[in-house]
Amino acid sequence: MEVFKDILLLFLIVCAISASLIRNPLLSVIVFMSYSLIMSIIWFLLESPDLAITEAAVGAGVSSILFFVTLRKLKALSEGGDHEQDSR
Amino acid sequence: MSRIRDDYENCLWRRLVRWMNGETDPFEGKMEMEPLREADYFGDSVYNPDRLDREKIDHYLEDTKKNTEMRAFRVLYCMGSVALCLLLIAVLLLAVSWMPALGDPNGPNNNEVSVRYVEKGMEESGAVNMVTNMILSYRGFDTFGETCVLFIASTCVIILLRKNEEKIRNTRETDWQYEPKPDAILQKMTLVLVPPIFLYGFYIILNGHLSPGGGFSGGAVIGAGLILYVTTFGFHMTQRFFNEKIYEWVKVGALSLYSVTMIYYFYTGANMIRNMIPLGTPGDILSSGMILPINLFVGLEVACTMYAFFALFRRGGM
Repeated sequence: MEVFKDILLLFLIVCAISASLIRNPLLSVIVFMSYSLIMSIIWFLLESPDLAITEAAVGAGVSSILFFVTLRKLKALSEGGDHEQDSR
Repeated sequence: MSRIRDDYENCLWRRLVRWMNGETDPFEGKMEMEPLREADYFGDSVYNPDRLDREKIDHYLEDTKKNTEMRAFRVLYCMGSVALCLLLIAVLLLAVSWMPALGDPNGPNNNEVSVRYVEKGMEESGAVNMVTNMILSYRGFDTFGETCVLFIASTCVIILLRKNEEKIRNTRETDWQYEPKPDAILQKMTLVLVPPIFLYGFYIILNGHLSPGGGFSGGAVIGAGLILYVTTFGFHMTQRFFNEKIYEWVKVGALSLYSVTMIYYFYTGANMIRNMIPLGTPGDILSSGMILPINLFVGLEVACTMYAFFALFRRGGM
């Protein structure tokens, strides 16, 4: 279980750094979602299931959806998945 | 007697009004950099971003030699931000260094308060889940304030982002492409998934005093289920069972009932009056006094707020 915890913490750091470094906003939000999901598993392992439920619902669910909606309103999501605008 | 002014049109207020209406530009001719002629930018009279001479634009934009004040401000800005970050890090590290060690028997996390919560909590409030017990009865004042903050936040979002129905109807042609397209797989999966999500959310809320969870978690789960339903079926289907009027009634009603309950607790606690609400046997669904209804009110409040945020960001209305 200790090894599992270490792997999760490593993933957490990788997700946190890459979420801030990725240029494509869509990918960045998805990485942020995975960050919240890993964080909720860690909350569960730290014996606070209350926080785990809240983190999974709010962090991975609602806040990411709000991010997506905002990006769409700003027309920051490119149609069809091409990343020509973002890689410039 | 007020002074009669002949140059009423030139007074400060009139100038401000004219500036607000966009009739005059007070910065015209007073800027440090001369505005570029259009020919320098575009070459041709037709605007075309691909034909822009980027080098020239960058040269004009980055021309800080003429503007030493700007350059000094930039240097000061960088230095100031670095200094502020270092100061913040120093303050936080200092605060951490003053914290007692983990597991210190003399530390403030091991004093008589937590001992009383753990030992007498179930007896005094009747809730098995110690976290809910602490949040809603011992620290009920704080949670009440948090719920009010959530209410105020969603009210501000409504004030900022709300459009009236006529405006929504007028922009439907442009907004229509963002409405969900009828997707058979998504709709079938949503029909399977949404009832268990709602059921799970209400389970978390109603068992908040028995098992992990509570009003906030359950409300967030129900709000996520509502958002899933809206993204699949669109706002027209959702308006059949959850429109703006129902939203307002549920939200205001839940907060009012919650505040009435909390006022009762504050009044009895402050005046040393014995609490008349029976606690029941710990472990039953109908136990632990008013924690169950308070959980329900908080859950409805949070679910409405989550859905309202999504709907207002997406469409500008319920």
